[in-house]
Amino acid sequence: MIRVKSTLAVLGAASLLGISGLVQAGATLDAVQKKGFVQCGISDGLPGFSFADAKGNYQGIDVDVCRAVAAAVFGDAGKVKYSPLTAKERFTALQSGEVDVLSRNTTWTSSRDAAMGLNFTGVTYYDGQGFLVNKELGVGSAKELDGATVCIQAGTTTELNLSDYFRSNSLKYTPITYDTSDESAKSLESGRCDVLTSDQSQLYAQRIKLANPDQYVVLPEVISKEPLGPAVRQGDEEWFDIVRWSLFAMLNAEELGITSANVEDMAKSTKNPDVARLLGAEGEYGKDLKLPKDWAVQIVKQVGNYGEIFDRNVGAGSELKIERGLNALWNNGGLQYAPPVR
Amino acid sequence: MTIHTFKPDLPPPTISIGALGWLRANLFSSWINTLLTLVGLYLLWLIVPPVLEWAIFKADWTGETRADCSREGACWVFIQTRFGQFMYGFYPTELRWRVDAAAWLAIIGAAPLFLRQMPHKLRYGLGYLLVYPLLAYWLLHGGFFGLQTVPTSQWGGLMLTVVIAAVGIAGALPLGILLALGRRSDMPAIRVLCVTFIEFWRGVPLITVLFMSSVMLPLFLPEGMNLDKLLRAMLMVVFFEAAYIAEVVRGGLQAIPKGQYEAAAAMGLGYWRSTLLVILPQALKLVIPGIVNTFIALFKDTSLVIIIGLFDFLNSIKRATADPAWLGMSTEGYVFAALVYWMFCFGMSRYSMRLERKLDTGHKR
Repeated sequence: MIRVKSTLAVLGAASLLGISGLVQAGATLDAVQKKGFVQCGISDGLPGFSFADAKGNYQGIDVDVCRAVAAAVFGDAGKVKYSPLTAKERFTALQSGEVDVLSRNTTWTSSRDAAMGLNFTGVTYYDGQGFLVNKELGVGSAKELDGATVCIQAGTTTELNLSDYFRSNSLKYTPITYDTSDESAKSLESGRCDVLTSDQSQLYAQRIKLANPDQYVVLPEVISKEPLGPAVRQGDEEWFDIVRWSLFAMLNAEELGITSANVEDMAKSTKNPDVARLLGAEGEYGKDLKLPKDWAVQIVKQVGNYGEIFDRNVGAGSELKIERGLNALWNNGGLQYAPPVR
Repeated sequence: MTIHTFKPDLPPPTISIGALGWLRANLFSSWINTLLTLVGLYLLWLIVPPVLEWAIFKADWTGETRADCSREGACWVFIQTRFGQFMYGFYPTELRWRVDAAAWLAIIGAAPLFLRQMPHKLRYGLGYLLVYPLLAYWLLHGGFFGLQTVPTSQWGGLMLTVVIAAVGIAGALPLGILLALGRRSDMPAIRVLCVTFIEFWRGVPLITVLFMSSVMLPLFLPEGMNLDKLLRAMLMVVFFEAAYIAEVVRGGLQAIPKGQYEAAAAMGLGYWRSTLLVILPQALKLVIPGIVNTFIALFKDTSLVIIIGLFDFLNSIKRATADPAWLGMSTEGYVFAALVYWMFCFGMSRYSMRLERKLDTGHKR
């Protein structure tokens, strides 16, 4: 027993050392430039965020964030290698240097930001937990769900949020936990549960899985805040800034009306000083970030502005057809807001 | 005068041959068997028609997109469009011939071993075991002699499952035999070492071992040194299964009577020769069912690499179901996976039965 304990202590100490002694400022950018690609941690398959199409190409919002970083650093959005990570191994992969960016529908929380040795660079998608119900139930609000049977996925924060919400509204419910989203979708379809709860972005995907999607509706209530964003290792501010501003560039581009179609014309002929500064026609703002002058041009040209990315992966242009909602720009009633390039 | 009358004929004996006889003997021999048969037939009638309806009659076989499926039955179009990914993962399409070549080489190379009259079989077999892995590595991974490197991160699908299982089997069997011999050794150091190894690896679940290899190990390694994920997984599978094989083989070793050891010693054979020529051939033959059992379990266990983000056959299917263009196809995917896994495991089990019959030398009762 003593031997076991001491071994564990050694293991623990070694893991701490492993985490803390890793990074120094500027190291990541140098390493990335030396190897010639960005190693990006993505999910092992989440509709709209990161998934593989029939040709074997990765797609999704999370994937596009990685491509934007590559476009900024190399001027080539294709210089990314992907590491599909499970939910459990994602943080270790980032801490140990296996990936340079973790862009894997990860919720930005205080404990992850502060205690896990990583930093979130921004929010790519404002998500929140919601409910999917059968229209036959005649329920218009989550407050009417007293006594409902609820399908959830085991071991996720979803479970906790659900119990908090029902308790604070003093409603009763019976949870049925499933391991995968497929099982819970089937369960909702067969009537074993009345409601299915998950992050709203995933409820739309769940709905498509059902035989008769129009029969089901997503309730308006959102019971938790799930800001999803890319994360980098703590301690390398330079790399942090690059990842952060790659996202900001896409948001600013949408705000200024720059799209992948018109970005090159805009870069040449713009009279708007904001556009000129973002696209490198004026000033040396790329240099401050240790990036090429045309970094934002490359991002928008090869990946698109935020609106285009949203549309293509989860919005009207995709199968999921999620509305912009909270993810609309700030001047459009949403929360997406990027500081100016100046 | 007495009138001669025939006694009435005896009823004919119940038919004991032909289909009717078989039915009577096996399905309707008593009222309880009759009842069980009827219940069984009723269950079949409940299950089989809907399954056939879903899988065959109402299924959609041709098309290109999700919209081509009526969704009344199975949508096999999904399997069809993703077949390449299920088999090869992300292995570059134009290089997939290399995987095929490696598979064919394995089959053609191993074929002579199944011929009965084949001279120098042992020598050929050993040579094959030495040469083929190198050849397969060259074909699959490349990087020298003019073949382009395909990093293991692009391996996937059934190919990855078979690679992990094959490496696991080829590595675990010899290691397991050595461990079993070591555990029965008279030398305390070796014995303690082997017992520790076996008990350690048998005492932890494979899923934990894989998880440790992927989550903890990278933290201990110096920065920049990334041991290949697949290599880590394969090593873990080999160690884990070797511990199980060791115990199975030890069972066989214990079944060999002491007389055999003494006879071998009396013939003047040393440890290695008596073990290799007398003990192991008998012991291994006895434990074929146990060994094959372990291998079948190993083949299925390879799907656990899902938790370290390797895309084996099952995980490739799971990944494909996350494509928004093909949402809701998980049933088709999993049914397909079940069929393929069953084919492999059934094949292994048939082979082991054949092997047992061939090697049978009178232990059978």
